[in-house]
Amino acid sequence: MAGYSVGGSGFLQNLGRIYALYTGGFLGFVVVLGILEWIGVPDRWLGYLFIFMTIGVYALIGVLSRTAEVSEYYVAGRSVPAFYNGMATGSDWMSAASFIGMAGSLYFGGYSGLAFILGWTGGYVLVSILMAPYLRKFGQFTVPDFFGARYGGHVARMLAVLVLIAASFVYVVAQIVGVGIITSRFLGISFQVACFVGLIGILVCSLLGGMKAVTWTQVAQYIILIIAYLIPAIVMSFQVTGVPIPQLMYGTALEKIAALEQTLKVTQPHSAAFVNAQGQFSAVAMWNYFALILCLMVGTASLPHILMRYFTTPSVRQARESVAWSLFFIFLLYFTAPAYAAFAKLEVYQGLINTPIANLPEWVKSWGRPGLALVGACDAANAVQQFPLCRGVTGNGDGILQLNEFRIHADAIVLATPEIAGLPYVISGLVAAGGLAAALSTADGLLLAIANALSHDVYYKMIDPNADTKRRLVISRALLMVVALIAAYTAGSLGADILFLVSWAFSIAASGLFAGLVLGIWWKRCGNASGVAGVAAGFFVCMFFLYTTEFHGPWVKQAFSWLGDIQIVKIRGRDVAYIWGINNISVGIFGIPAAFIAQLLVGRFAAPATNEMQEFIDSIRVPSGEVKLAPGAGPAH
Amino acid sequence: MAAKLTQEQMQAYWGRTSSLMWTILALWFFFGFVIHFFAPTLNGIRILGFPLGYYMAAQGSLIVFVALCVWNTTAQNAIDDEFGVSDE
Repeated sequence: MAGYSVGGSGFLQNLGRIYALYTGGFLGFVVVLGILEWIGVPDRWLGYLFIFMTIGVYALIGVLSRTAEVSEYYVAGRSVPAFYNGMATGSDWMSAASFIGMAGSLYFGGYSGLAFILGWTGGYVLVSILMAPYLRKFGQFTVPDFFGARYGGHVARMLAVLVLIAASFVYVVAQIVGVGIITSRFLGISFQVACFVGLIGILVCSLLGGMKAVTWTQVAQYIILIIAYLIPAIVMSFQVTGVPIPQLMYGTALEKIAALEQTLKVTQPHSAAFVNAQGQFSAVAMWNYFALILCLMVGTASLPHILMRYFTTPSVRQARESVAWSLFFIFLLYFTAPAYAAFAKLEVYQGLINTPIANLPEWVKSWGRPGLALVGACDAANAVQQFPLCRGVTGNGDGILQLNEFRIHADAIVLATPEIAGLPYVISGLVAAGGLAAALSTADGLLLAIANALSHDVYYKMIDPNADTKRRLVISRALLMVVALIAAYTAGSLGADILFLVSWAFSIAASGLFAGLVLGIWWKRCGNASGVAGVAAGFFVCMFFLYTTEFHGPWVKQAFSWLGDIQIVKIRGRDVAYIWGINNISVGIFGIPAAFIAQLLVGRFAAPATNEMQEFIDSIRVPSGEVKLAPGAGPAH
Repeated sequence: MAAKLTQEQMQAYWGRTSSLMWTILALWFFFGFVIHFFAPTLNGIRILGFPLGYYMAAQGSLIVFVALCVWNTTAQNAIDDEFGVSDE
C-alpha cells in the first residue's frame, strides 16, 4: 500500500471495512496465541507478544498518520465521523483507573464505589446539552481558544491554559503510573523503567500525527480494551449462572452475597447505601457520595482533553451525535464493572472463606506470590513468606482461611478474573493488553491537550503570531516530548495509589473551567471581567483548599473551624483535613460554587459583553452560518 | 446554507433550544442525584436479585443518561431542521 495514509480520503471512505478487518485480525491474533500456549510456549513469551504486538500496531497507525498540516495535527482535519469519534472519546476517557481500578473500588466499597460509575457517565449529558455543539461551531483548536475569544483575549486565555495544565498534568501522571504498573507486571521489569517504556508507547502514537494519529489509534485501542473487558466477565457469568450476560446475571450473585454476608457476619453489606463500617446509616457517607458524583460529572464536562475531541467532527450535528455514541461506548464498560466486583466477591465468599489452606485454588497462590503480591491467605504464622500482602496480619493458624485472614489488592479483581474463571493464560494477556490500551489512549489525549495548549495558545497566540506552519509543528512536537518526559519522571518517582490523583484532576477542571464555559455560551451579556473573575476564583479556591487540606491539615482545622466540623484523617502518610467530613478528592465542591458566585457577582457590576461579542455568541448558538469573532480575540487560526 | 435568521426567529430558536436543555437538565438532576437519596428505601425491593437502589446507581441511571443524550440529539436536530439551520 504505497502512499497509503491513515486519515486520507480512501481511508475515511472505508472506515467500516478497515476497522472490521482490524478487529478480526486482532481476534485471530488472540487465537494464534491461544494455540501457541496450548503447544507449550511459556507464559512470559505470550505476555511479551501481547504487549509488543499491540504497541507495534499503535505505532504503525501513528506513523501512517503523520502530517504536516496544522488542522490535521490539532483537530484531525475535522474529518472524524460521529460514530468513530465516539469510540475515540471512549478510550480517551477510560483510563487505567476505569479499566483496572474501578471494579476493585466496587469490590471494597460496594454501593459507595458506584459514585465513580455515576460520576463518570452522567457528565456526558452536560457535555451534550451545554457544550459540545457550541464548541464545535466555534470551530477553533483548543479550549483556551474559547476563553480567549469569549472573554476578550490573553488574560482569560492564560488562566484557562493554567487550569488545563494543572488538571491534565495531575491526570497524565496517574496514567503513566498505570502504564508502568501493567508493563512492569507483564514484562518483569522495574516500575521506573516501565514508566519510560510506556512513554515510548505513548509518544509513537502522537508525535508524528498529533490529533489525527491519536484519534485513529484511540479507535483501535477502544476495540481492544472493550473486547478484553467483556470476555472474562461473560465467561465468568456463564460459569456461575449458566447465562453469558454478566450485566443481567450478577443480580443473582448479589443475592447470594447478601445471604453469605449473614453467615460470615460481614458488618458492611455490599449493596447497602450510605452505611459506615458498622452497617449504620451515615450522613457523612451520603454527602461524600453526592459530592464526589457532582465533582466527577461537572469535571467530565470541563476536561479539555475530552472537550477537544468534539472539535474534530465534520459538523455540529455530528458533534452532538458523537456525544451520544461516546457515552454509549463508555456505558458498555461501566455497566459491566459492578459485575466483576460481584462475581469476584461471590467467588471469595463461596470458594475461599472457610476453606482449608491446603485446598485453596491455584490462582490464590499464583497471584499472591512475591513479585505480584495481589492476594494473601494469611492463616499460618509464616504466611508472609508465601504472600507478601500478609505483612501485619496475624492468622489463627488453624489451617482454615477465615474472612479476616484474607487480603486482596484492588487491581486483582480485574487482572485475576480470567484465572479465577479457569481461563487460559492468553486471556490474562488479553486483559493486560486492554489495560495498557486504556492507559495509553488516555495518556495520549492528555499529553496532546497540554502540548497543544503550550504550543498553540501560549507560543503561537501570545508569543509569535507570525510563526509559519512548519515552525508551529516543530514547537508542538518538541513540547510534547518535554511534557511527556516530565510526566514520566514524576510518575516514576510517585508510584502506587492513583485514584486520588485522577479525582483531583476532575475537581480542578470543574472548578476552573465549568462556569466560564457554561455561562460563556448560555449567558450572552456576561462580560470579559466577569469571565476572568469566574475562572480565577474557581481555580484558586480549589487549589487553595486542595493544597492546604492535603499538606496543612491541622492548620486548616484551626483556621477554618468557623466553617463547621473538620476532621483530621491519616491518609497517604499525612494528616489530611476533611471539611464537614468530606474527602478532599471532592474539593470541587468549594471551587465550582466559587466560580459561579464570582462570575455572577462581577457580571452584575462590571461592563456587559459588547454588541460584537453578543453577535459572536449568537453565531455559535446556531449550527449554520459564519462564526463572527469579536475584535480583540486575536488571529483566527 | 439556510437563510439568516431574523431577530424573532433567533429568539424562537434559542427559546426552543433552551427549554429542551432545561428539561434534560432536570431529568439529569433527578436521575443523577435525587433518586439516589432514596437508595436505602429502594434497596428493600429486589428485581432479578438486584436491590433496586443499587441497581439504579449501577445501571438504571446510566441507561437513562444514554437515552437523554440520544433524545437531545434527535430533538435538537428536529429543531434545527424546522428552522432550517442545520449545518449538514
